[in-house]
Amino acid sequence: MRTVRSTVWTLLAMAVITLGIAALAASTIASRWNTFSVVRRLTFDPTSMSLRGLLFSQLIIGVLGVLVMSAEYGTGTIRATLAAEPRRARVLIAKSAVFFVLAAVVGEVLAFGGFLIGQSLLTSPVPHATLTQPGVLRAVTGGGLVIAVLGLFALGLATIIRHSAGAITAYVGVLLVVPIILQTLPSSFSQPILKFMPFTISNAMTSVASQGSSAFSPWVGFAILVGYAIVSLAIGGWLLATRDA
Amino acid sequence: MIDVRGVTKRFKDNVAVDDLNFEVPTGVVTGFLGPNGSGKSTTMRIIMGLDHADQGEAVINGTPYSKLAQPLREVGALLEAKAIHPGRTAFNHLWFLAQSNGIPRRRVHDVIELVGLDQVANRRVGKFSLGMGQRLGIAAALLGDPGTLLFDEPINGLDPEGILWVRNLLKGLASEGRTVFVSSHLMSEMALTADHLVVIGRGRLISTGSVGDFIATNAGQYVRVRTPRPDELEGLLEAQGAQIRREGDGSLSVSNLSAEQIGITSGNAGIFLYELSPQSASLEDAFMEMTRDSVEYHGHRLDGATATTNGK
Repeated sequence: MRTVRSTVWTLLAMAVITLGIAALAASTIASRWNTFSVVRRLTFDPTSMSLRGLLFSQLIIGVLGVLVMSAEYGTGTIRATLAAEPRRARVLIAKSAVFFVLAAVVGEVLAFGGFLIGQSLLTSPVPHATLTQPGVLRAVTGGGLVIAVLGLFALGLATIIRHSAGAITAYVGVLLVVPIILQTLPSSFSQPILKFMPFTISNAMTSVASQGSSAFSPWVGFAILVGYAIVSLAIGGWLLATRDA
Repeated sequence: MIDVRGVTKRFKDNVAVDDLNFEVPTGVVTGFLGPNGSGKSTTMRIIMGLDHADQGEAVINGTPYSKLAQPLREVGALLEAKAIHPGRTAFNHLWFLAQSNGIPRRRVHDVIELVGLDQVANRRVGKFSLGMGQRLGIAAALLGDPGTLLFDEPINGLDPEGILWVRNLLKGLASEGRTVFVSSHLMSEMALTADHLVVIGRGRLISTGSVGDFIATNAGQYVRVRTPRPDELEGLLEAQGAQIRREGDGSLSVSNLSAEQIGITSGNAGIFLYELSPQSASLEDAFMEMTRDSVEYHGHRLDGATATTNGK
């Protein structure tokens, strides 16, 4: 990955957008605070606000996770890779491990960066959060971890689908399109499904306030997300081992 | 030594490789010949463990490829030119392969120099020409200094100088006692490069043996004879054991009999000859003859029958 130019650009774009949104959201709120209703002021979650840009990171890390695998198929490098290491499970494990570490580091840096930038722009009378307040450290750290796990999920999808466009479409579909469609359906039907969506899980993780019955608690949701990644990687690994390269 | 034992590979309803058995000996260049679509690449991919055989197995020095711990040190392969991430430099591509098999950095520089890419080692592969891609693929194959080498159509896209270079490289590698297995659809190229041949058509083995044997059995000599009394002469020559084929222009192609014997026979019978010329069928002809029934994709002449245009 290091030797491919697009990796650096993708990560750079991810950082700029994520941190930029944190700054933008914070300064917007700071300048409009006087016009907010009482209810809105009381439910304002400064932590969640400053982590909102992570949604873009989730998109971009997914694209990167897909490319880690599908670029090899698109260019034919997979043949060189598998010739160098014919034990295919090891190829997938190695790629997943390297990418997970990268995504976790980038995710944490952006989560903490977004949080700090966002909070620094929230000046009195707007309330701001500190890492020592209950739930804040969990929300920020968790936001970074969600990035890493979603990246692995995308890598697994790409191993199954083997085409960049197809895998990115599937990933964006699960991340954004399905929740939007579900919201147009009756909530008695959509609510139980929405709880399992990465979007909902990530929101619960990055919020300090509880989401009530509409979402799993942060760590239960996170476990479900890890499950997605493991299942996609397991199916992908099995297909990689049995299919012709 | 590469040993292909009863390998069969099906793609949906199409049998790409059909119960193929052959050995690739060490110390010589073995040519792998067959028309387009005859299963050469599939066979090589099965040897490399990239495709799974439905039946049978291919082993390298007794071991399937997938069981090799550091495969690049034992087997080097050029399967597709430019099957490389276009954004990577030539050096980085080789360096990532080298690292996965414990090959020192020094060796990467050596093979880059060997294939003549030292000027462009730090350029992105996407900018490479087909010939440069082939050279990089050859560098990758040589990286681990392996005892067994597979090259799928290595001269594709190379200029005449490059072709000569590959030819000498292959012979040099074989003379060092390595197993060298080279596929081609060009018989003429293999006649110059290979010592041993494996010929396949439609996934089946057609012939295997030394190039010398192949020439002796398949590219026999014949004598072209023109005469005003072909029927009479044909009878006389056949009586002496000749094999005769009547050509479209009325001439006779006589094999199994020398020009001298034909001349004496016709002289004794008082038959005039307008032409008596020894010919040698090229290996290319022999190859075409041999694989004619197994060519997957025939070209068609562009005449009225096939080049009809549809009305609007």
